[in-house]
Formats: sequence, C-alpha cells, structure tokens
Amino acid sequence: MMHLIWFELVKTFTRLRTYIGFLAFGVIVPLVVAGLKLGGQQSFERHLLSLLQNDFVIGGNVLNGWFFGFFFMGALWVHIPIVLTIVAGDQIAGEGNAGTFRFLLIHAVSRTRIIAAKFIVTLIYTALMVLFIGGLTLGLSLWAFGSGDLLVIRRGILVIPEARLPYHFLVAYGLATLAMFVVSSLCFLFSALTDNSIGPIIATMAVIIVSIIIITLPFELFQTIRPYLFVNYFDAWQKVFDDPIPWEVIRTSIVILAGFLVAFFLTAAVYFARKDILS
Amino acid sequence: MSDTVLRTIELTKRYKNRLAVDHLNIEVSRGDVFGFLGPNGAGKSTTIRMILHLVFPTKGDVEIFGVSLKKARHKALAKVGAVVEKPAFYTHLSALSNLEILGGLQKPVTRRQIMQELERVGLADRANDLVKTYSHGMNQRLGLALILLNAPELVVLDEPTTGLDPQGMKEVRELIRELAREHGVTVFLSSHLLYEVELIATRMAVIHQGKLRIEGSVQDLLKKGQSSAVVKTDRPEEALRFLKTFDAYRSAALRGDGIHVDLALENIPDLNRQLVGAGFNVSGLIPQRTLETYFLNLIEGREA
Repeated sequence: MMHLIWFELVKTFTRLRTYIGFLAFGVIVPLVVAGLKLGGQQSFERHLLSLLQNDFVIGGNVLNGWFFGFFFMGALWVHIPIVLTIVAGDQIAGEGNAGTFRFLLIHAVSRTRIIAAKFIVTLIYTALMVLFIGGLTLGLSLWAFGSGDLLVIRRGILVIPEARLPYHFLVAYGLATLAMFVVSSLCFLFSALTDNSIGPIIATMAVIIVSIIIITLPFELFQTIRPYLFVNYFDAWQKVFDDPIPWEVIRTSIVILAGFLVAFFLTAAVYFARKDILS
Repeated sequence: MSDTVLRTIELTKRYKNRLAVDHLNIEVSRGDVFGFLGPNGAGKSTTIRMILHLVFPTKGDVEIFGVSLKKARHKALAKVGAVVEKPAFYTHLSALSNLEILGGLQKPVTRRQIMQELERVGLADRANDLVKTYSHGMNQRLGLALILLNAPELVVLDEPTTGLDPQGMKEVRELIRELAREHGVTVFLSSHLLYEVELIATRMAVIHQGKLRIEGSVQDLLKKGQSSAVVKTDRPEEALRFLKTFDAYRSAALRGDGIHVDLALENIPDLNRQLVGAGFNVSGLIPQRTLETYFLNLIEGREA
C-alpha cells in the first residue's frame, strides 16, 4: 500500500496543475497584505474604530497579525474549495480520460487499494493547501503587522490573549482542514462517476454554492434541510474563537463532517470497484 | 500442467439493449499466437477488456492458467501483460518513471531491469524524456517494454499496430514473433487487419456481432471453402477458350488483371501443366485464396 501511495504522490506532485492553488494564493495573499500595509490598514482601522469607539476604549495594536490572519481565513475558506477541486476532480476522472487506468488496473493488486491510495493523496494535498494558506496568511500578517491580543467580532466582541492564540489557531486550522477534506471527498466521488475532469469541479462547486444559499436564506423549508448539508458545519473552526469554546457543538460538527467524508469515500470505492473501464 | 492458457466460458456482455459479446467460448493453448479477428464493433475490445477485468461480464467467466477471473482476479492476471488499444502513459513523466510506477505495481523493479527492456524496444536513449514528447510508435514500443518488464507468460494485445507507420508495424510484428518463438510467450492479439493475423498468428478466431463465427488454426481455415487463381498468359482470350473446354474450369473469366479461375489451391500445379502443355506461356499464377476473402465471406454469411 505504501508504494501505491508513493506512486500517487509522484503522479500528483509532478503535475503543474497541483501547484495552481499554491501559486494563486501565493500571489494573492502577499498582494493583499502589501495593500493593507501600504495604507489599507489605516482605513480598515478607522472603519473598525468608528464602529467601536462609542462603547469601548480601544488601546494597543488591535489590527495586528493575528487579527488579519483570522480575517483572511474567514474571507478565504469559501474560495479554497475551488483550488482543491482542480486536483481532487482529476484524481480518478483524469486517469479515465487519459486512458492510463488500462495499464494501472491490469497490473494493480486491487481496485480498492488504488482508490484508497488516491484518496489518501487527495487528503494530503488538501491538508497541505489549507496549512499553506493558513501559514501564509498568518505568517505574513504577523510579519507585516506585528503581534498582540486578538479582537474577535462575532456575536459581540471578544479579546483572546496573545499567549493562547497559537493553540486557538492550531485547532481552527485542524477543523478547517477537516471541512475541506469533505469538499475534496465529494469532488473525489464525482471524479469516480465520470471520465471528465471538469465535471467533478463544476458539480462540487454547484453543490457548495447551492448549499450555502440554502443555509443562508431564512426560509423555513431551507432551515429544515440545513442540518443535512455538510456546509452547515464548515464554520466549526470559527467556533474555536468563541468564549467559552462550544466543544460539544464542535464535537458534533467533527462527527458529522467525518461521516460525510467516509460516506463519500465508500460510495466512490464501491462504485469504482464495479465500474467498467471503457476509456 | 494444462496446455490451456486462456479460456472464455459463455462470456457475455450486454450494454443496456446492445449485446456486445454473446456467449463466447474460445480457448488459447500454450505457445499459440492467437489472432482474434473481427470488423470494427464486432466485440473484440469488449472481450479483451473482460479478459483483463477492465469490464465486468454480464454472464460467463474467463479462466487464465486455469484460474477463474471471477474468483481470483489478481492470481489469474499475475502472469499476464497487456496493451489495450492505444498505450496511454503519464505524459508528464519520463518513460523511466512510467515504467517504475506501472511496472512496479506488483513487485519492485530495478532501474537496470527497466533499462534492459527499454534497450530491447529501442528506447534506451530516450528513457529520461517526457512521454509527451514520444510519437505513437514510441508509445507502442514503451507499452511492449512495460509488458516485457514483468516477464509475462500470456500477452494480450489489442490492435497492436494501429496507427503505426509501415516500419513500426514491421518492428512490432517481429517483436511479437520473437516473444512467442524465443521466450515461449503465448500471445492473444486482436486485429481487424486480416493480413496481420495471417502473417503472425498460428491460430485464430473470428468474431462478428459479438458471436464467435469460427475458430481454428490459420492454415486449416485458409484451406476452407472456395479459392481461385489469376492466370497471366501471352494469349489470354485463347487460353480462356482452352480452359472452358474443361468441366473443372467452367467458371473461368477474363478480367483486367488476367483470367480468374475458381479452383482448389492444390490444383494450381495441374492448371499450370495443362496450360503449358497446350503451348501457352504462363507468366503468372497468383493464388487468390487469402484470409481476407475467407473473412469477408464469413462476415457476409457466405461461409460457416
């Protein structure tokens, strides 16, 4: 199994498309940080302080690296699925489309092992992408704006002391990674159903967009559906910045997200094990 | 040890309303170069994909070296090498990396082994080039190198010369012959090129509309049914009149390329003797009985 995973890693990480996401965020994030540093920070600060100065006395470096790190993650996590699907959607469909499955499946020990190796590599790529974006946004923000306590504005205002922030961010990145695992798993499932790499990308994004619309609109029917949609649990990482941290809610989110992940993988594996390779 | 290397048992594949392969029973023995012949859409590729477990049969089974594909896929395919249709590799990787990955799926292969096989198919000097820079012929040879790497006892090839230039076709055919002759490998190859099967195969089966039409040795099948010869002489009209005096040559007819005479191939020397004996200068006697004629007759239902 280890050599299969290694082969899949080689195949995935020698493709140019694997680095599109890293390249895109590697360019966008420094640009935004530079923009904030070169004047954007002041206007951001003025806007924020105008909202708060009537009720609070604000002192110290409020708009620091932790704040922007938190802000960036909140702004970017809906965009991360787009780059994840580029690789996840290609994992099975790409081989079908290229015809490489013909050699691969004749020589492979089992289809299930092949698909499991591909799935593991998809998860590795997903984790690397989330950690890259998290590390880049937080690292650059801390470098550009310095450190300090984190001001969290979510259902009120909360100040988290600087000393506790690495722990909060670490847990938050872990939860964000799990949420993105579910996105990649869904795309992986779609990839098993077709031999066209574009289809899984479009299908996954369509599911996410429609689901976000459903959970956002306050209609009664939509609110009934809401608990059954995986995007409903995507904000689990933000809950780490609540006080007290709602661990019970987070645990439920983890179990549900993990359930979706397993269900998507098993469906893909079962379908692929009986799939006729016609390409 | 049984001599049967490959056996399909009532092998059937149905795609919705279309019956692609219909209760196919064929048997390939050790050492055969088995030609699997049929027009496009006859069911050749579907059969090969079922043999290689890429497509699941609707009914029936395949036994390879006596092992049921249904019961023990991995064991059944362990000694099989195959190229199905156009060889498809990871084009962003080098030939060497491709063989390391695909050749190493069952057991590890060393770079030395890979280079040996690349040398054998004439690609050693391009081993580190990306496969995307390869021509179709080079891909085909790389496919054969991959097969050779695992030292198979049965090689399954689906239209192995399709898309190759004449030189490439010749090389691939020679490689197939070499596999069978020098390495004792059993070869199962599909083709719609009739002369290719005639050139390479020792045994053959013809499939049409998913059904097996005939199976046997190429030489035996060639002897079956009607055959003819084209006679080239100095005085064709006169020679035709002469031939028509014999009951055996009543069907003789003069065409653009000579006199066409229906007769069994073994009777051609008699025909020659009679013409020469009557004072005609025979400059050519060309047997027309080829596998192609037989194949076409079979497909069109004129022979069974």
